[in-house]
Amino acid sequence: MKPFADLLDRLAYEPRRNAKLALLRDYFVRAPDPDRGYALAAMTDALSFPHLKPALIRQLILERVDPVLFGLSYDYVGDLSETVALLWRRDAAIAETPTLAFVVESFANASKSDAPALLARMLDALDETGRWALLKLVTGALRIGVSARLAKTALAQVGEVAPDEVEHVWHALQPPYADLFAWIEKRGPRPESRDPAPFRPPMLAHAIEDADFDKLDAKDFVAEWKWDGIRVQVSGGASASGRQTVRLYSRTGDEISGAFPDLVESVGALDGALDGELIVMREGRVQSFNILQQRLNRKTVTPKMLLDYPAHIRAYDLLAEGGEDLRALPFHTRRARLEAFIARLDSPRLDLSPLIAFETWEQLRAARSDPAPAGAGDDAAAVEGCMIKRVDSPYLPGRPKGYWWKWKRDPFAVDAVLMYAQRGHGKRSSYYSDYTFGVWRAGDKGEELTPVGKAYFGFTDEELIQIDRFVRRETINRFGPVREVAHEPDKGLVFEVAFEGLQRSARHKSGLAMRFPRIARIRWDKRPRDADRLETLERMLAASDLAGAGNG
Amino acid sequence: MRASDLLTPAPQGLYCPPADVWIDPVRPVARALITHGHSDHARAGHGAVLATEETLGIMAVRYGPDFTRRAEVARFGEPVIVNGVSFLFAPAGHVLGSAQIAVESEGTRIVVSGDYKRARDPTCAPFEPLACDVFITEATFGLPVFRHPPMEGEIAKLLSSVSLFPDRTHVVGAYALGKAQRMAALLRAAGYDRPIYIHGALDRLMAFYAAHGVDLGEIRLVSSQAKKDLRGEIVLCPPGAIQDLWSRRFADPVTAFASGWMRVRARARQRGVELPLIVSDHVDWDDLCATIREVAAAEVWVTHGQEDAICHWCAAQGIAARPLRLVGYGDEGEAEPDAAPEERTPGAEQPR
Ligand SMILES: [Zn+2]
Ligand SMILES: [Zn+2]
Repeated sequence: MKPFADLLDRLAYEPRRNAKLALLRDYFVRAPDPDRGYALAAMTDALSFPHLKPALIRQLILERVDPVLFGLSYDYVGDLSETVALLWRRDAAIAETPTLAFVVESFANASKSDAPALLARMLDALDETGRWALLKLVTGALRIGVSARLAKTALAQVGEVAPDEVEHVWHALQPPYADLFAWIEKRGPRPESRDPAPFRPPMLAHAIEDADFDKLDAKDFVAEWKWDGIRVQVSGGASASGRQTVRLYSRTGDEISGAFPDLVESVGALDGALDGELIVMREGRVQSFNILQQRLNRKTVTPKMLLDYPAHIRAYDLLAEGGEDLRALPFHTRRARLEAFIARLDSPRLDLSPLIAFETWEQLRAARSDPAPAGAGDDAAAVEGCMIKRVDSPYLPGRPKGYWWKWKRDPFAVDAVLMYAQRGHGKRSSYYSDYTFGVWRAGDKGEELTPVGKAYFGFTDEELIQIDRFVRRETINRFGPVREVAHEPDKGLVFEVAFEGLQRSARHKSGLAMRFPRIARIRWDKRPRDADRLETLERMLAASDLAGAGNG
Repeated sequence: MRASDLLTPAPQGLYCPPADVWIDPVRPVARALITHGHSDHARAGHGAVLATEETLGIMAVRYGPDFTRRAEVARFGEPVIVNGVSFLFAPAGHVLGSAQIAVESEGTRIVVSGDYKRARDPTCAPFEPLACDVFITEATFGLPVFRHPPMEGEIAKLLSSVSLFPDRTHVVGAYALGKAQRMAALLRAAGYDRPIYIHGALDRLMAFYAAHGVDLGEIRLVSSQAKKDLRGEIVLCPPGAIQDLWSRRFADPVTAFASGWMRVRARARQRGVELPLIVSDHVDWDDLCATIREVAAAEVWVTHGQEDAICHWCAAQGIAARPLRLVGYGDEGEAEPDAAPEERTPGAEQPR
């Protein structure tokens, strides 16, 4: 347990991605099997400890510590797992500390009634850091700023293979992943049962700005509507044994098939990978994002919801077909294959995102500001702008320069990251309802978020409750009524913030102030690393200065 | 004599009426007895100062030779009698020269322990428990969550980070008096033999310790080196410097901080620390309780820190305890980094 605990301890304090990777690599190289496999499972959310709840942990400590001293300590530390880890006394008579594998396997085999005593014995045998890591592990709240993708990337670096290679074999594997480590260390073959439905990291677009158009020739580009839904990937294929699998992924690679059984069933025996937008369709019309969000917000899927909120995918790219990787092909070739693919599949839940006809940027600008007559028809309300893609662009993971742009309808909207939350007033006084958000910029220690504004409306009461819960769960600091919320590249909450203009401000660290910002949308589907940058705001400001108006 | 007639808490500090002297006064007085050189205990401008030779030396380094009109040396084990009151200095194990002061008159003995610790420290004489009627203690880390780990483990954590990130400068925040020298001595004890680099503000106290026979190995000023030469090196600096412009000179630094506060994660994150090192010059909870038992005092007075928990614990042991709520302490050394009480919503922190 000690090497794992030390790793979590270092990761919890380490803000830099590269240093996190170095720590993870170091651990994967040094730690033995099967411990490191379980560590990987913990970081990819593949473990659960259903018998161990916070209430039980609180009960265990109150059997051992004076309640007044516990209360004062908890008040001071502010986190239950950490308080208990610090208050618990190690039993010096126990010479041996449990390994991570022992912990995971013991709880997997323990009954609900045995779990408390087992946990207490393990806590007796560990030091502070060990106890903290154990409690974080079993309560499922590691919160060390490591995404599944980052953990897999570190492992891939150990084996000097591309991170995608790990993704490809991933879904066929089970903790503690002995065969995966054997392959990574070149001691064994690549794990046999290739995942027939892997996630492929998506290609992302840059926000386009007016100055960009002078450098771009409209003839080299195609355009599509930017739909107001969520970006998803449908991946499917047959395993070696012939079993058909289809999975639905969010743009961050989290599997969301469980939330959309209607879609998964409808696309059936799809063999390939589609990139598209998930939307709700009613009577052939794309519904607003608000309607989609009502479905996204539900934890369980009821038959009524399937009827009321039928999910649909509007496809815009084809990444693989019948085992063939198409990503290196130019866009127009993939598009032709996509059109044929969709036609063949002939699913009522799947259609093609149409191309917009245009010859000049002026024509596209007109289409963007009034999509209905330009082809969007009745779906115009669900259009949030245009996507502009080079006809010869390959499909590259990440946000490569020079291929794809997004051109939003409202020029004054950015994706920003929640940094601080403050209690509201009046009927909102028990909620954290005032939000300070920031965008990325290059700091002295690498990328950092800088606050650019504050908003306290734009969300529904139901959303307020969700954000409040998020704030309480992800608090990392408190300053009087203000809470600092986790805001790291892979951990935090993204808001789409709409605003009426920008002005220079010496009062703000970023040098900018937003006029009338509001939360246009909560982007639960995005990660902070995908949020906008300060340079984007700077350019918006420069552009609005030129136009002589602060309103768009 | 009643204990409260022998020593009385007052706005200036602890006052002894029969001898007309003050202990660690926070404002200028005619005659002061000083436990140790931290600036919240040792201030300039008193008429006369009685302290150990090392403490007097540290005050001269910090405030100049004219910090008092009359400096008197107190020796461990040799009581100084003033108007029939005996003042006995004994080692406190806190920093070089640190002392407890036993105040005794007519069969009543009060021990003012100043700041103290029980953990081993190669840079100063160890704490000597003195039996007494009243024990006056600090409670900087007076909560049962504060149990300082063995310092060898903390030093090993620093050294393993240096080997894992050999291109990054490890900038370690450490209080200028005591902690910086103890860190250097602990690194030497762990076999670290590269030069240790220091911020200019630490220079004079480092030299003072070395002149008093504390082996700190080769110490170099950061300003004497080119930036690239500091890759993979350990740099000690005052805690405030780890966040300011000064630390930007280093290539991709690892920010460490050596303090008992690093036990609590939120504290470390608040300071932007990436490598918290739990090394403290104050007693932790276990040693605080053990010391109170050991000196067998009937009464405990708590000067500063987390007094609620220790007073509650004393009450449960049948020991009378009261907070003195002296103000002005805890400004140097391991002062509470932000004293404002934190807001907490009950039940808000439930892990899912
Ligand atoms: Zn002190
Ligand atoms: Zn002090």
